[in-house]
Amino acid sequence: MGLYDILFIGFIFIPVGLVTLRASHSVVEIVERYDIGCVPEPFRINKVSYIQDDSIPKNCSLSFKVPKYMKAPIYIYYQLDNYYQNHRRYVKSRSDKQLLHGQNQHGISSCQPVEVNNDRPIIPCGLIAWSLFNDTFTFIRNRAELKVNRKNIAWKSDREHKFGKNVYPFNFQNGTLIGGGKLNPRIPLSDQEDLIVWMRTSALPSFRKLYGRIEKDLDVDDVVVVHLMNNYNTYSFGGKKKLVLSTTSWLGGKNDFLGLAYVFIGSSSVTIAVVFTLLHLLSQRH
Amino acid sequence: MAAASSRKRKGKIRWSKLYSFAACFRPLTSEERPAARELIGRPGFSRVVFCNEPHLHKRKPYKYPYNYISTTKYNVLTFLPRALFEQFRRVANFYFLLAAIFSLFSLAPFSRASLIAPLVFVVGISMLKEAVEDWHRFLQDLDVNNRTVKTHISNGVFVDKLWKELRVGDVVKVNKGEYFPSDLLLLSSSYEDGVCYVETMNLDGETNLKIKRCLEASLCLNEDEEFSKFKATVHCEDPNPNLYTFVGNIEFEKESYPLSPSQLLLRDSKLRNTDYIYGVVIFSGHDTKAVRNSTRSPSKRSWIERKMDHIIYILFSMLVLVSLVSSFGSLLYLRQDMVDWWYLQLPDDNKVNDLDDSNSEKYDDRFFNPSKPVQSAGLQFIRALILYGYLIPISLYVSIEVVKVLQTMLINKDIELYDDVTCKSVQARTSNLNEELGQVEMILSDKTGTLTCNQMEFRKCSIAGLSYGGDITEVDLAASMRMNTDFEPFEFSIDETDGATRSFEPFDFSVSSFSAQNGNARLTQTEGPVIKGFNFRDDRLTNKNWIHGSNLFVITMFFRVMALCHTGIPLEDDNHKTDKLSYEAESPEEVSFLIASQEFGFQFCRRTQSLMVLKEFDPSSMKEVEREYKLLNLLEFSSSRKRMSVIVSNEDGQIFLLCKGADSIIFDRLADNGKAYEQATTMHLSSYAEDGLRTLAFAFRTIEAAEYESWNTIFTQAKATIGPEREELLEQASEMIEKDLILLGVVAVEDKLQKGVPECIDKLAQAGLKIWLLTGDKRETAINIGFACSLLRQDMKQFHLSLSRDAESNNQVKDMKEDILQQIESSYKMVCEERNKEAPFGLVIDGKALEIALRGDVKNEFLQLAVNCASVICCRVSPKQKALITRLVKQYTGKTTLAIGDGANDVGMIQEADIGVGISGMEGMQAVMASDLSLPQFRFLERLLIVHGHWCYQRISKMVLYFVYKNVAFGLTLFYYELYTSFSGEVLYDDWYMTMFNVMLTSLPVIALGVLEQDVSSDICLQFPALYQQGPRNVHFSWSRIIGWILNGVVSSLVIFLANIYILSPTAMRENGFVADIDSLGAITYTCIIWTVNCQIALITSHFTWIQHLSIWGSILLWYIFLLVYGALPPNFSGNAFQVLVEGIGSAPLYWMITVLVVVVSLLPYFIHIVIQRSYFPMDDHIIQEMEQCYKKYDVRDNEMWVREQRNSQRSTRIGFSARVDAKILSFNQQLQQKKLSIYRSVTNSPIYRSITASPFS
Repeated sequence: MGLYDILFIGFIFIPVGLVTLRASHSVVEIVERYDIGCVPEPFRINKVSYIQDDSIPKNCSLSFKVPKYMKAPIYIYYQLDNYYQNHRRYVKSRSDKQLLHGQNQHGISSCQPVEVNNDRPIIPCGLIAWSLFNDTFTFIRNRAELKVNRKNIAWKSDREHKFGKNVYPFNFQNGTLIGGGKLNPRIPLSDQEDLIVWMRTSALPSFRKLYGRIEKDLDVDDVVVVHLMNNYNTYSFGGKKKLVLSTTSWLGGKNDFLGLAYVFIGSSSVTIAVVFTLLHLLSQRH
Repeated sequence: MAAASSRKRKGKIRWSKLYSFAACFRPLTSEERPAARELIGRPGFSRVVFCNEPHLHKRKPYKYPYNYISTTKYNVLTFLPRALFEQFRRVANFYFLLAAIFSLFSLAPFSRASLIAPLVFVVGISMLKEAVEDWHRFLQDLDVNNRTVKTHISNGVFVDKLWKELRVGDVVKVNKGEYFPSDLLLLSSSYEDGVCYVETMNLDGETNLKIKRCLEASLCLNEDEEFSKFKATVHCEDPNPNLYTFVGNIEFEKESYPLSPSQLLLRDSKLRNTDYIYGVVIFSGHDTKAVRNSTRSPSKRSWIERKMDHIIYILFSMLVLVSLVSSFGSLLYLRQDMVDWWYLQLPDDNKVNDLDDSNSEKYDDRFFNPSKPVQSAGLQFIRALILYGYLIPISLYVSIEVVKVLQTMLINKDIELYDDVTCKSVQARTSNLNEELGQVEMILSDKTGTLTCNQMEFRKCSIAGLSYGGDITEVDLAASMRMNTDFEPFEFSIDETDGATRSFEPFDFSVSSFSAQNGNARLTQTEGPVIKGFNFRDDRLTNKNWIHGSNLFVITMFFRVMALCHTGIPLEDDNHKTDKLSYEAESPEEVSFLIASQEFGFQFCRRTQSLMVLKEFDPSSMKEVEREYKLLNLLEFSSSRKRMSVIVSNEDGQIFLLCKGADSIIFDRLADNGKAYEQATTMHLSSYAEDGLRTLAFAFRTIEAAEYESWNTIFTQAKATIGPEREELLEQASEMIEKDLILLGVVAVEDKLQKGVPECIDKLAQAGLKIWLLTGDKRETAINIGFACSLLRQDMKQFHLSLSRDAESNNQVKDMKEDILQQIESSYKMVCEERNKEAPFGLVIDGKALEIALRGDVKNEFLQLAVNCASVICCRVSPKQKALITRLVKQYTGKTTLAIGDGANDVGMIQEADIGVGISGMEGMQAVMASDLSLPQFRFLERLLIVHGHWCYQRISKMVLYFVYKNVAFGLTLFYYELYTSFSGEVLYDDWYMTMFNVMLTSLPVIALGVLEQDVSSDICLQFPALYQQGPRNVHFSWSRIIGWILNGVVSSLVIFLANIYILSPTAMRENGFVADIDSLGAITYTCIIWTVNCQIALITSHFTWIQHLSIWGSILLWYIFLLVYGALPPNFSGNAFQVLVEGIGSAPLYWMITVLVVVVSLLPYFIHIVIQRSYFPMDDHIIQEMEQCYKKYDVRDNEMWVREQRNSQRSTRIGFSARVDAKILSFNQQLQQKKLSIYRSVTNSPIYRSITASPFS
């Protein structure tokens, strides 16, 4: 009786896996690592001092050829590797109350060690906000700038319910120790989508975060030039920075693992069922 | 009026005169007395009691406790500390207590409430359960303590007083049928000579009445008024548990008299046949011998629960291991990498320190302090211990308690376990031991009141070599039926007469031939009114038909022995509706004889001091005539003599000696001309004995007047002698007259078994259980019952261990030991030498031998022998010995034992055994109060063990294993995630998800499994008793299974975790390009866990009801509902789980596809395992389950395969009814074989055959 169930699983899983694989293959993904390439040759011996020296301009440009036709929207991600956004100390260092209600709230003790500066509270407080990613990208195709839509890259519920519409950055990155990006104090937190995306901490030390969308199709062999500001310090801890352009399917991004797993499980189930049936027949014969 | 007068008449008889051998009752040995006198006043013998002056015992130094008893475990003050202590003795609870304490110091990774609340809940429920159970015990005590007894207050006035208010020194009056409230010194009784009858069934299980006798000096105190001035002082031994000794003296009217056990009336025994007694309280409450004899009820834990502790230890080691890995990993990261992670702002980072001193001063994150890495790692270790606490199933204990309470309810409510006679049903008094019922290997059973109803029935008799009352036994019946079905093609007869025809034609071997041949009455016995104590149907004797018998004289004499040779007395009914009398006698079998003789027309209607009056049916005149017999002498029954005689003279002056006794004793004393029927009678005897009937032989002789006179002088002289030689002289005197007897026949009475006992024992034996009989009763009785219950049978080799006379008289422990050791060794040698492995052995041992056999250096040999015997019967054992045997058997074999009994004498055994069962149908409640379970009747044990025990064992083991699985599967994912967070202690899941895990999302299915799971239905359990063996062999809870389930948990956790992180990272998980953050990943992984563990339980459940479906699928649904509701709460409450399902993961197809994939993959190993097991290594229950499914479809139960499997599943047993039938069939077959052989020979020898074989061709 059990054998039929296994066989049944097999026959369901294989087609599902194949469909999934097809969806995954329809996704076009371009990944460009730029953290080393963007450091000028002379500074490559000591990249940390390069990145910490404000006097050196951090401009850099990349170019790549589009390997396949990419249908809009094309999602732009930055990917960081070996970056422990899931470190307990880091994850806990935020104040949801402050993000939503602003200064009058006192629940910022959880934000340590980045809670006050010069005896005034920091908005947004905490390590996560303080270490905001601040590389910027502009895309140029055929000498014309490709428009990047940077709206709606964060969860709607975050924008509406977790980051206050009347909460403005205050006293942010004013200390002696400056972590990552700065925020425009005139824009409320609910509109600071980069911050919102950044504050949805990633689960694993290697992660992508949405930067924006290109809402034009890219053709095969289009050459795209990226001008970027290489501000963010991943050099201290040997992290990598990558730029990712990817289309999506109904399944999301490029994800062969799922389809392969389905096909593999399906076919092994069928094999097991067949082997057992054969064994069963043989043993009956004896 | 009539009743009153009869009572008066009865009282007038001087009983002491009737009992010429009265000293035989528990005689004190001569050495004991002088020694006892010297002992008084010494340590251990210092008690002083001022009779009738209880106020003197209110103050020291004579202050003794009230007569209040308490069997509760706790009282109001001790409950909290003791119950808490009991709770935190459990390893897991202790761990969670520590975790809760740590949470107070902000060391825990979770909130305080989420750690403390479950602990309080779990411990609270367990303590509540303890409290309720103890409360019930308290109520029962209250019931006993509030019984009343007439107590003397002053001036000869007796008023009702509560038992608990009774004090030492109080004079009480106990009426007929009442229990003694405490240990009393007998002062006087309603009989003039101060004797009284006591039933001690509750103490030692003996059913015959015991005589107690007051001192001559206190005889005068037999009226209420006499006590106004009564004063006496008793010096005696201190309270002790010894039931059969009492040393002391009483100073009364300035004289000192020694006291002996025969003046002591023990608590828990009952006054019988005596209207009232006066007594003074000597020991009260907890000082009484009965209470001292009882041991405190230990808190029992089932074997599975004890093994569960070991599992918890394993999980603990896992926990410590992963915690160590975590803290070590954290140490490495902290030392090497973490300081470079500027986004953490760790203080040791030089730049941070240089630039911002204020930050480093305030710094108090002790978990990540790079300047003190070891300290941080230590703290991380503690945090990890708490974090991975999900490996330890905290709710396991509480779930098990809940499940057990529900199981208990199911058992208690089982209608099949309801006895409509007593209107009682089974009561599980503690629910701790449900699953232990499924693992019992050995049953130690009491006899009286448990197996038997303590009621004798006259069943059969053999008079003058003819057997009456039917020959065919149930065993024969069953054997012939089976043979008919087994050998259908060839029906043979083993009938001797048919053998004469010697033909090859098949002829019928059937029941009908049996019954026709024997004129059997048993098959048609149902008509006629039921007479208590008389279950005899034979038209040749009943309805006065015996007058047509050939041996009229022998028959008449037989009935006269029955009607005259006894010590009973008739009771006159208050209403004279019938002319039938009822009787009261020392033993129930005498009563049954009297009833039987009345039925046959020899009604014993009166007895006076020296006269016995019978109403005889005279065959010549066909009328009832009243005849008077002069009672000349009465030679008392005693266990050493094993016979009893009366010497009577009839109206014609003829002197008869009428004797009844054990057959061997009587046969030895037969005259040469009295052996006419010996051979035939012996045959009948053995067939009666095999049926478990109790037999007594009847004989008589006529004595010439001259011979009697000369003998009587010797006898009177012997009676008058005082001193140690008296007994011997009496013995010699009786020997002189009890000889040259003429055998009349034998009677067989049935010690009536309770309903369904043989069938129950048979089923239990088929289930592979061993049954030992422990009884305080006589050896003969015990052996009879052994036969009746099929524990013994004729073809079984029996070993009788008892002390030889020499050894006993020597009284040297060393000799006795050697004697017993030798017996044991020779018996064991026989067992070892027996070639036939299936050959059954029976062991019968009596109390005295047992006392020696259980001593240190002999006990191992004894137990070795006993364990190798199919059945063991211990007779004449004291309550303490019962308990001792139970303990030794338990220790020696290491098997689970169940003790069942009904009286206070079984209390020790009941408490000592792994499971104690009390029979609740009887009057005494002591056994029930000490028991773990009470049954109305023994027969319910069958269903209780084979059905409920089997189920509960399966349920609990499945449940525990599943618990381990689900907690490993969940707990390890927490650990794997640590590997990806640099061991910083971050948790993948929201706090509330985790709290919900054990409490809501996985608890109900497991409880449903624990309560309702059945591998097979109850019918099938009973049809295939061998299934029960899964319990004792511990198939479901072996280490390999436990390890297997832990591994399954490890595999599931790996699959769940790895699949999730590889699929969800780092690419987008939805079409809108959003990637999975920590909260989405947590929710998705958690969904996979919920699905996996709930589907796993669906896979292991074999019996689905709507409750299981609801709980399993409901739990999964509940998770989504929870996620929705929790996500809809305002974000400052729901935190990162806000809208996680609605906006984050719910709309992503990836989420659902991962769920399906992960569930299937993580269940696949188990699935393949069961497919392989079921196809290639199926277990009993698998086969039966499949067969059951097939037969449900096609409804053909009587299929060949079904019958074959059923036959196979019955273990080859050596005891029980079926075993007897098997043995019978074997012997029938042997007879058949012989007959065939003889037929073959006769044929081959015949000339025709020779002529054929000697053909010309050869």
